[in-house]
Amino acid sequence: MPELNRAEVKRADAVVAARPLSPHLQIYRIQITSVSSILVRITGNAIIVGVILAVWWLFAAALSDGAFATANGFVTSWFGVLVFTLSLWGVWYHYLSGLRHLYFDSLRGLEIGTAQLLGWACIIGSLVLTVLTFVVI
Amino acid sequence: MRYLTDRKRAVGRGASHSGTGHHWSMQMSSVALAFLVPAWLYIFGHALGGTRDQVLATFARPFPAILTGLVLVVAMRHYAKGATMLLQDYTHGSTLKISIMFVTSLAGVIAATGLFALIKIAL
Repeated sequence: MPELNRAEVKRADAVVAARPLSPHLQIYRIQITSVSSILVRITGNAIIVGVILAVWWLFAAALSDGAFATANGFVTSWFGVLVFTLSLWGVWYHYLSGLRHLYFDSLRGLEIGTAQLLGWACIIGSLVLTVLTFVVI
Repeated sequence: MRYLTDRKRAVGRGASHSGTGHHWSMQMSSVALAFLVPAWLYIFGHALGGTRDQVLATFARPFPAILTGLVLVVAMRHYAKGATMLLQDYTHGSTLKISIMFVTSLAGVIAATGLFALIKIAL
């Protein structure tokens, strides 16, 4: 009898069972572990807005006085300051969570209590670092 | 007699179909960014709000220019791969392919624009 390739073995009696759906977001209890996970993704993708602003500003500085005046006027307006402030917090949150992920990847800090504590550390730490950045620069 | 080795049969069968290359790339770039970003935030934060001459003087110096160049290249690679991960989770089919092309191009355009500005300022 020829040796069977496992991937080629097909179930003949495949029956579609009425499986329960995974917990829906509406009834899923919000936890610090899920919130901290979602925030990594949101911050990581949202800070591209701040990056675009920063690169536009640098590009304008390289081009001409007029271009710089426009870009600089925008980034130093209340809206520009708001975008940069939110981006700064986003960078710091993503930064701390990134370190947390590297720590998790080394198979450390995976106990529930530790993981929850690290989640709070990322949120509080990112707020502290945002304020600290404004103080330093 | 089988000519395919066990390894050959296993490669590409995992959930990602491409091994751990993507994850390793994200780990590499994240460690690099952990060193680059705080220093860059300091330089950028200081330059922001200055006159055009002050900004040009800052980014004409070797350290701020090289650091900004590195941040642009490494961060935009990290972004393109990270955004791809997000898209793979929520979209599929042609939408997925087109949106991956979009975010990858966006990252490329941002990096190229920033590098152009740096070269123009620094050289």
